[in-house]
Amino acid sequence: MPTLNEYLLMGGLLFAIGLCGVMIRTNIIVILMSLEMMLSAANLTLVAFWRFGGGEGLPAQSYNAQVMVFFVITVAAAEVAVGLAIIVALFRSRQTVEVKELRSMKG
Amino acid sequence: MSLLFYIFSGLMLGFGLMVIVCRNPLSSALCLVISFLGLAALFVTLNAYFISVIQILVYTGAVMVLFLFIIMLLDIREEKSKDWNLLALGGGVIVLFGFVAQLISVLGGFDEGKQKMVPFPEDLSHEDVKMIGVEIFTNYNFHLQVLGVLLLVATIGVVVLSRQQGKEGSENN
Repeated sequence: MPTLNEYLLMGGLLFAIGLCGVMIRTNIIVILMSLEMMLSAANLTLVAFWRFGGGEGLPAQSYNAQVMVFFVITVAAAEVAVGLAIIVALFRSRQTVEVKELRSMKG
Repeated sequence: MSLLFYIFSGLMLGFGLMVIVCRNPLSSALCLVISFLGLAALFVTLNAYFISVIQILVYTGAVMVLFLFIIMLLDIREEKSKDWNLLALGGGVIVLFGFVAQLISVLGGFDEGKQKMVPFPEDLSHEDVKMIGVEIFTNYNFHLQVLGVLLLVATIGVVVLSRQQGKEGSENN
């Protein structure tokens, strides 16, 4: 059976991949996808702590952690809808999704 | 059990890495779908069945379809320049390795985390949807209503964003 540390390591690695993606990619849609990945990694960590929260490998008594994950997923879905609407508006006015070319605020 | 854990973790991390390596946004989106399926399987191994199902329904069912729809609507092709931005690439890799080193050093000293998982208590194993429902509609009822307002605001915001853009577009033409 896996230990809590293994789950935390997997969540942390997924978060690190998402963070790396946000930094190295220039396509704004892929940046948004990497953000989604980071949110999901945080969810995995939260559920792992719930599963081991009772000590000795038993789950926690209350289901607060899963309720919080449910809320996080809902907010993430709303965030994606608004983010993609902004990207579409941006594309219509600038004809690009490359962050390298979106620098009208750069001095 | 342990073998399945490693298979699905590998699937999740491997395709997660493919998301940021692929040059084509379309293949990135499809890799992200598989990555999220692996994540949902990990939720099943953690006995969080409800979370696993809404992960599949919301992320791979709704969010990723929205991503694919936008990528195809805007007709975004593969990036033309083959060379990576070296500064950003170096920074990203340094942050990646720094984060992983920090993670390993913290987890190494975290004794609570060394506990092995024991099988889920039998009397609770099919109760999670009921327990989450009770929790949401008693202790977190107000939060749920706030969340409903948030979704309404997001819907209105999206409609306003696309309408305003349409108006400007018709003025320009």
